[in-house]
Order: sequence, then C-alpha cells, then structure tokens
Amino acid sequence: MSLEKFVENALSSWMSAEGPEIDIVLSSRIRLARNFEDFTFPTSFSSDEAKKIIELVKKRIEEEVTPEIGKLELLEIDQLQPLEKRVLVEKHLISPHLVEESAKSACLLSENEEISIMINEEDHLRIQCLMSGLQLKETLKIANVLDDWIEESIDYAYDEERGYLTSCPTNVGTGLRASVMMHLPGLVLTQQMNNIIPAINQLGLVVRGIYGEGSQALGNIFQISNQITLGKSERDIVEDLTSVVQQIIAQERSARDALVRTSHIQLEDRIFRSHGILSNARIIETKEAATCISDVRLGIDLGYIKDISKSILNELMILTQPGFLQKYAGGPLKSHERDIRRAALIRERLNFTESTSS
Amino acid sequence: MICQECHQRPATLQFTKIINGKKTEVMICEKCAQEKGDIFMDAGGPGFSINNLLAGLLNMESNIQQTKANAFPKTEERRCPHCHRSYKEFVHVGKFGCAECYKTFNEQLNPILKRVHSGNTAHIGKIPKRIGGTIYLRKQILDLKEMLKTHINQEEFEKAAEVRDKVRSLEKRYEALEGGEES
Repeated sequence: MSLEKFVENALSSWMSAEGPEIDIVLSSRIRLARNFEDFTFPTSFSSDEAKKIIELVKKRIEEEVTPEIGKLELLEIDQLQPLEKRVLVEKHLISPHLVEESAKSACLLSENEEISIMINEEDHLRIQCLMSGLQLKETLKIANVLDDWIEESIDYAYDEERGYLTSCPTNVGTGLRASVMMHLPGLVLTQQMNNIIPAINQLGLVVRGIYGEGSQALGNIFQISNQITLGKSERDIVEDLTSVVQQIIAQERSARDALVRTSHIQLEDRIFRSHGILSNARIIETKEAATCISDVRLGIDLGYIKDISKSILNELMILTQPGFLQKYAGGPLKSHERDIRRAALIRERLNFTESTSS
Repeated sequence: MICQECHQRPATLQFTKIINGKKTEVMICEKCAQEKGDIFMDAGGPGFSINNLLAGLLNMESNIQQTKANAFPKTEERRCPHCHRSYKEFVHVGKFGCAECYKTFNEQLNPILKRVHSGNTAHIGKIPKRIGGTIYLRKQILDLKEMLKTHINQEEFEKAAEVRDKVRSLEKRYEALEGGEES
C-alpha cells in the first residue's frame, strides 16, 4: 500500500480537520458514562449479561441516529486481530481496558471516527465524541444527541439524587468527562508548566501527558480534563474547562511571542535542527521523534517552516506509534526494526507533503 | 534507615510520590504509614490508577470505623441484594457492582462522594428525557410545596394560594403521566 493511501485510511477526521484554536488545541473530547437499568455493572456481570447488552445495542443501531451522524458500525473486539485492536487504542478510539475484556466487549464507530461508543468497558456504555480544535460545546451537543437517541429505547440506571449511576463513584452524577488535548511547547520551553499545573489542579481539573496516566508529557502534549462529575451541570463543567483552556492558550501565545522576541535565532536553530533530524534520520525512537515533531509543529505555527501542513503533528503522533508502524509494515516488528521503520515513515511523510505543496 | 516520620522505628517502606510531576521520596515505618493515612501501601505496581487511589480512600473509611470498636459491625457484612457485592469488596476494587449498590451502601456514600467531588453529594444536571419525565415534575412539586410552607409561615396567604394552585395543576399532570406509564 502506498503511504498516501495508508495515511488516508489511518486518519480520523479530528486529525486532519481544522478546528478553532488549532495551533494550540489539537482536539476536544467528551465522554459520557451510562449504564443500563437492571443489569449488573461490567465489573461483576456474567458473559450472558454482556451478550444481552451487546444485543440490545445491536438492535438499536439498525436504525440511523440522525441524518448528520448516520449509521454506526459495530465491532466486536473479539473478532479483531491483535494489531487492529492496538491501532484502535493508539487512535484513542477504544481504551486498553476494553481490549483486556475482549470476550465481553464491543464498540460502535461512526464513519469519520468522531464518535466511538465503547460497550461493556467499566460501564455498559461509554459514549465518546472527538472533534478537532477547541469545540467542547459542539462536541457535547453531539454526545447528547447520541445519549438521547439511545435513551429512547433503553432504560438507564439513574437516581434522582445521585444522577447517572456509574461503576466507579468518581464518575457518578453527569458521567461526563470533558477533555482537551493541547500542544504547549512555549510554556514548557519557558519552564512555566510546573507553575501552571498546580494552579489548574486547584480548579478541580486534571493535567496529564497524553499517553496514559502519570506518564511524562511526550512531545509537549498535555491533556486537561474535569475531575468533578457530581453537583455541577454539564454546561458548567464544559464552560469552566473552556475558560481555563482559553487562559492557557493566551499564556502559551505570550510565551511563544516572548521566545521569538528574546531568542529568535536559538528558536529557529532548534526548529530547523529538529526538521533536519526528521528528514534525515535512519533510526529514531518514539521519544526523540515526539520532541522533534513538536519542534517542527511549533516552527510551522510561528511561520519558520512554510511548506508543511499543520496537521502533520496530529498525524505523525499517531502514525509513529508501534501499532501503526507494524500495520504499515504488514506484520509484527521488533523494537529496533520499529525505530528504523519509524524514521522511514517520517521521512517519506515529510517528502510527500513537500512535493505536493510545491 | 530510621523512619522519617517518628524518628524512632526503623523504616520499612519507601514511598515515591509523584504529584503533578514533582517527585518526593519518603522512608517511613509501617505504623506511621498507617497513621498518616497515606494510602499508597500496595502501590508501585503497574496499572496504578485513580481507582487504586480511590480504593485507598475508601479503605481509610473502614479503618476508622474499625477503630471505633465495632460501632458499626454490620457495614462490613452487608451485601448488595442484587449483585451480592459486600462493602469490603467495593472498597477493594473501588467500584460498585450494580446500580442497587448505591442504595445498599447509601450510608457510607456521602463522605466518599464529598471527598471525590469536592463536597458535592447530589446531582445537578441532565435528567433522562423518558424515564426522567416524572422525576423532573416531582422535583418541581416538592420545591413548590416547600415554598408553600414558607408562605404560610409568614402568613402570606395570597401568595400561598397561588402556589397551591400551581402544585395542584402539576400534581394532576404528574398523576396523568404516572398513570400513562402504567397502562
């Protein structure tokens, strides 16, 4: 398969589309946790119950949700190849936990991959919507449409006082987790991140690096999400998060301005060195790749690099993950083979954007 | 190595806490660990997540109760009638087994929710349209009845009469809806 075709197939719409504040905010995500009434939660249910839940959902999705959303496709995780599962995880469409529970789980995907509904993860349903840039309100709207549509025929576990009941009490109430993925090289380079993170935490929000909990922020990408789901309305949760994110955007912009003003040549040097590594390296590890990709993306945002598209960061971030590399190679690869393959893929990718744009 | 907390007993546990990227290491003895309420006792393994943390939080709750000399001996034994999960099991994994658990362990729930959701224990927000239709009405009726009481107490009878009429009309709608669902 040609790389172009592979990339085309590999990308979800959030990665290539242009959303608001796309120079800093990569994507907005909304997740709603829902459970069915009268069924035990996935943490302790039987395979019979798991099957019944999947059947109920299957029946529901025979119909179209709305003309805009269209039909959803059901994937039974059990039926997928290990590599396919991994790719879905790397695209953040399903969680590693859903894969662990392969025998009992399934997921629904929309064609553009903006919507993924995990079935029988920690809760019976995890409705997830993902859009590019900062558009939490719009994303919540879609999630609500799906939620209402499912509720038309399925009774949710809901309590007047506690709200939507979830397996873990950290999600009870709205069952809503709103999160935003941000590229913050300016704040990291000017070493402001260590001051900002505690401040954000005090507002009831959580900051983490993109790959999993507690992991280091690879490639200056941070995920910011709400912690509290009870005693706050959906609208307030989303509005509060949005306003904090806007503050961070402003800070990041001023950090970038300051960098350009005070250390223009050092910055330019750093960006073009990274570009040099990416366009010439024959072996590259994930970490180095992530750092260089972040620099190049900053270079594009600041206008130092003109002939590469902005979506490159989103694309390469996903494409250079082990699962994707192996899928592209058409089979399993050892770790050092992956590093070679990663370098090749990045070189090719940079070349074809340069050749198509010139 | 002597415990950094009490400076008496030998330290047997090493805690590495990473909070918002700041790493701190503490060497302490088992007793202080328990007293400090630091719940990272069996942490360190892979897959340490918010749920482990939560389980720790819940565990503290039951530790406190135990020290109160069996004041609540039944909480440990009570099992959810639907999924048969005990409070102890819930504490262990930090997750409920079914919706019914929320009722079964209602008494223990408020302090937990308060801690996790910065003081909140009640839901404000979306109500499911279909099953929530009557819930919404009932809430309105309850609120109005409260209002009615205060009006009567303050001898504002005209206002009270207005509210009473509203309550009546809502109650009619409520009964109609409830009846409609049953038929």
